[in-house]
Amino acid sequence: MSLLNVEHINVYYGAIHAVKDVSFHVEEGEIVTLIGANGAGKTTTLQTISGLLHARTGSITFQGESITGVPAHKLVSRGLAQVPEGRRVFLQMSVQENLEMGAFTRSGSEVDQSIAEVYERFPRLLERKNQIAGTLSGGEQQMLAMGRALMSKPKLLMMDEPSMGLAPILVEQIFEIIKELHKAGTTILLVEQNAEMALKIADRAYVLESGAVSLSGTGKELAESDAIKKAYLGG
Amino acid sequence: MTFLNHLISGISLGSVYAIIALGYTMVYGIAKMLNFAHGDVIMVGAYICFFAVASYGLNPIIGILLAMLVCTVLGMLIERLAYKPLRQAPSLAVLITAIGMSYFLQNSAQLLWSANNKMFPSFLNFGGTTGISLFDGQLTIAWTTLVTIAACVIIMIGLTLFTGKTKMGKAMRAVSEDKGAAQLMGINVNTTISVTFAIGSALAAIAGVLLCSSYPILVPTTGSMPGIKAFTAAVFGGIGSIPGALLGGVLLGVIEIFAKAYISTQLSDAIVFAVLIIVLLFKPTGLLGKQIREKV
Repeated sequence: MSLLNVEHINVYYGAIHAVKDVSFHVEEGEIVTLIGANGAGKTTTLQTISGLLHARTGSITFQGESITGVPAHKLVSRGLAQVPEGRRVFLQMSVQENLEMGAFTRSGSEVDQSIAEVYERFPRLLERKNQIAGTLSGGEQQMLAMGRALMSKPKLLMMDEPSMGLAPILVEQIFEIIKELHKAGTTILLVEQNAEMALKIADRAYVLESGAVSLSGTGKELAESDAIKKAYLGG
Repeated sequence: MTFLNHLISGISLGSVYAIIALGYTMVYGIAKMLNFAHGDVIMVGAYICFFAVASYGLNPIIGILLAMLVCTVLGMLIERLAYKPLRQAPSLAVLITAIGMSYFLQNSAQLLWSANNKMFPSFLNFGGTTGISLFDGQLTIAWTTLVTIAACVIIMIGLTLFTGKTKMGKAMRAVSEDKGAAQLMGINVNTTISVTFAIGSALAAIAGVLLCSSYPILVPTTGSMPGIKAFTAAVFGGIGSIPGALLGGVLLGVIEIFAKAYISTQLSDAIVFAVLIIVLLFKPTGLLGKQIREKV
């Protein structure tokens, strides 16, 4: 049984058919990446899984249970967390409060334990514990968004363009962190425009083109495929 | 000494505006809508307390609690029935609905309780006096005034603690910043909005009772002018900001009383709104309003 199974979903924004018959699956322990150009439907797909948008047709199952049409706020306690595009940390709240919000569905001393773990992974956040998130740099905000998502102890962590708008050195760092999280046992669904980096760390990958899956394979296969090289890797 | 007297009545009136303004500002912060029916919830609260105390002879404290209970339920009902179905609708539709709801409440009150004036009972007498006398009787402060200011301070401290320390309060701040991201944290946005309306409406009931204790003529349109002024106070202080509501409310009250005392009774409202326009010309986000810069 796959951890996440997306079957033939179609998502519309009004009359615009944004996601067309997309199917894919994520197995426990994998890093799966969805790559594609701007407007290919990557973010729409993620938001449909996390319940912020709803598919008109098709089905999504998570851990064997249907989550089609389940509102976003009910999915967190089932083990789904998302690092949204553009980070979307709560800019007027402190770093610590942002992390507390990540643990909204949990309570008790476990929360403090998780906060300590996040600070251990991201020492920069500990230094800035009481700082308002709006004063953090882009890279720090990305770390906060990741830490915040980890606070719900997700079984599947979905990340939407974590490298967006970051300096190359920070991009490297973020991907290092993704690898570490994966090693620590987190299953990851990664949406990226930076196909080169994403394919390097992914077990499997799907290419989205104008709302539909055009190619799929292992990260290595796709990284070596001529079509991908031409379209996304600048070669 | 008269100056001090005016200042104190200004702060007291301003405290009422501030308590009402909180309802506007919290709802705006979270649901991004202007609930123009908020002023009329004040009126309903005042009527409930009036009937409980004057007709049924209940203890004023019970009267206030009853008014808070009724208003809380009313506020949540209004949100559930009139505003929630319009969550995805253009903001203009929501605004018109809110104005319609305001007239609906006023007319229902008129139908139920008639348009005749009701004299709101003054129940704030301690030890048989209506106030305290200072400086050999040169300065008299009514108990109502003191209670109003105290209520405002307590409410402000309570709300600050609520939004700063409790899980629900923090969730409300998260929703007011980014609904989508809040949902991804597992926060139920609908519940949060409901709680906001409940708090705002309970505060409206308190404001209604305090207002009518100072200005005891109760009619179905009682809430309308204070409602508009409190909305002005919320914008003045920076809509969406809780300290802004306090600052805006108190300033507005003081300006109004001073204008009445030193310039012209008839022109006082015009002066109040003129000040608002001038402030907004120079600071469009209001005194404490924040401009949110997004970091990319």
